[in-house]
Amino acid sequence: MTAVPVIELSDVSKIYPLASGDVVALDHLSIRIERGEFVAIMGPSGSGKSTLLNQIGGLDVPTSGVLRITGKNIRKMSDEKLTNLRLNAIGYIFQKFNLIPLLTAYENVEYPYILKHRCNDDTGRVSKLLADVGINKRLAEHRPAELSGGQQQRVAIARALINDPDILLCDEPTGNLDTKTGAQIMEMLKALHDQGRTVIIVTHDPSIGAQAERTIRIKDGKVEEA
Amino acid sequence: MKKKKDIILQLSLRSIRLNFLRSLLAAIGIVIGVVAISSMGMMGANMTMSVTEELSAMANVLVVKPDSGGGGGMMGGGGSSSSDDDYIDKDQFEDIKRAVGQYGNVYPLYQESDTIKVGDEERRATIYGMRDEDMATILVVANGTLPQTSSSVVVGPTFAENNDLTIGSRITIGDEDDEEAIIQKVRVVGILEEKGMSMDLNSDNAIILTEKTFTGLYGGENEYTQVNVILNDIDDADTATEAIEDQLNRKEDEVTVQDSSRMMESITSTVSTLTTFVMAIAGISLLVAATSIFNVMMMSVTERIREIGILRSIGTQKGEVLRMFIYEAVILGLVGAIIGAIMSLILGWLVVLVMVGTTKYFFTFASLIYVPVSMAIGIAICIFSGVYPAWRAANLDPIEALRSD
Repeated sequence: MTAVPVIELSDVSKIYPLASGDVVALDHLSIRIERGEFVAIMGPSGSGKSTLLNQIGGLDVPTSGVLRITGKNIRKMSDEKLTNLRLNAIGYIFQKFNLIPLLTAYENVEYPYILKHRCNDDTGRVSKLLADVGINKRLAEHRPAELSGGQQQRVAIARALINDPDILLCDEPTGNLDTKTGAQIMEMLKALHDQGRTVIIVTHDPSIGAQAERTIRIKDGKVEEA
Repeated sequence: MKKKKDIILQLSLRSIRLNFLRSLLAAIGIVIGVVAISSMGMMGANMTMSVTEELSAMANVLVVKPDSGGGGGMMGGGGSSSSDDDYIDKDQFEDIKRAVGQYGNVYPLYQESDTIKVGDEERRATIYGMRDEDMATILVVANGTLPQTSSSVVVGPTFAENNDLTIGSRITIGDEDDEEAIIQKVRVVGILEEKGMSMDLNSDNAIILTEKTFTGLYGGENEYTQVNVILNDIDDADTATEAIEDQLNRKEDEVTVQDSSRMMESITSTVSTLTTFVMAIAGISLLVAATSIFNVMMMSVTERIREIGILRSIGTQKGEVLRMFIYEAVILGLVGAIIGAIMSLILGWLVVLVMVGTTKYFFTFASLIYVPVSMAIGIAICIFSGVYPAWRAANLDPIEALRSD
């Protein structure tokens, strides 16, 4: 029996209807990503990779076609179920870190845990994850604005991992970091992949893309043949 | 047991703390509204209670007067006099007594307004004439005795004070310049206890003569200005009124019966209407507060669009985002309402003291109920003002929200 792919797009299209005419962002796209893969999605600006990321991340649903995340067709999902999917199955790592400014680093990591378990973390998982990404207890009490870009991205990685998601979805994770810090973050992501996690990186940087096991190139909303 | 923490409430509290000044200004609007509504409500309640107490002393009185509307000159039924007369005769008085005697004390009263002279000073005064037996039961003398002779009178306390009268003071009743007028020199033998406003007998600012003295001065023996019925039980007012009307107004209207309990109802109802009106005006301040809360909430949503996008993208439900902003509105409302309630007690007390003149009813249920009522209105207004901004926040497209800077 073949394993269920963690992400499967079959003939997926995304069309934005505009007054000036429909914009086809994704054009009959078919992609399959297996559990434990490290995939880079690459393409120039406007190629449709952000749209693809939004579909895979459960933030948006395709206009047509079938998109299965961990075997579930998201086109049929209610907003509540899609939100639960984002909470439980997907760990987001954004280019701009996107930590919640009102919460400390510790609370930012704990936030999705509380949403899922309806209680605070008393298992020590938040502290362990923060330690794993190199954020000590003192830094954990700081608000995002008091941390460097690299530190914020480390906190974001810890947050993405807190609910043990099936997919780590990274949108230009090194885009706002200097080369040295960016390299450290990439090492961290590779280590997570080595632990068996599915890592998907959306990037336009070939050097980042080259570090993945497999690269999917998108152009004009279609998969570009290698 | 695992510690439960409402992270959504934490976010709301921190947002308020982060924008403390703006939030405080919005809450002040609620404070003003709560203070205005509860102070006006308390003032009205205190005024109603004060007026009710003042009037209830006289509410058990029926005043029977000759019907001034006039009939056709026919002889009245049950009695023997014409309804054209502007007095109640002895037969009519006896009829009234027969009809309602079992409900309380029935007594007739003569009344005139005449010129009097105290020392060198002339003025007009209300003069009552009462039967001796009625004086003994109705009047309460504070100082001195009741009049026994035609040259002695009792006066009300206000009248005595205004005219510097004491026991033994002399009063000349009648206009000395009028050659036809009968002049009577009398001596004050008693000063009455203060009675307060009353429909039957306003003795506080009057001279009271014996029946003999009064009719000697003005004539009209057994032609009473009015007959008063002091009911033992205020609940008998309607029955007694009907009994008098059945007895005397069978064929034509000879008398009119004024029921003071109805007047009291009418006055307290008027005070209540005025209170509601004043509270409605005070309520306008809460509408202003509502606009302010709405504005603050909309600003909060606009400033936090990106944050809302993050929250939604990492698994926060729409309902939780909605709750976060509703919490913010509720917290603003609660803080405003609590401060408003404390200030209401202080300002309301002052308003009642100045406007009503007494704070003896201030700490009663009917007065203090306006504090929680206005608090509830304040909080409800806050929630109402926060609903649209919260709904807007919850329904933002997470992708669009994440793109926002």
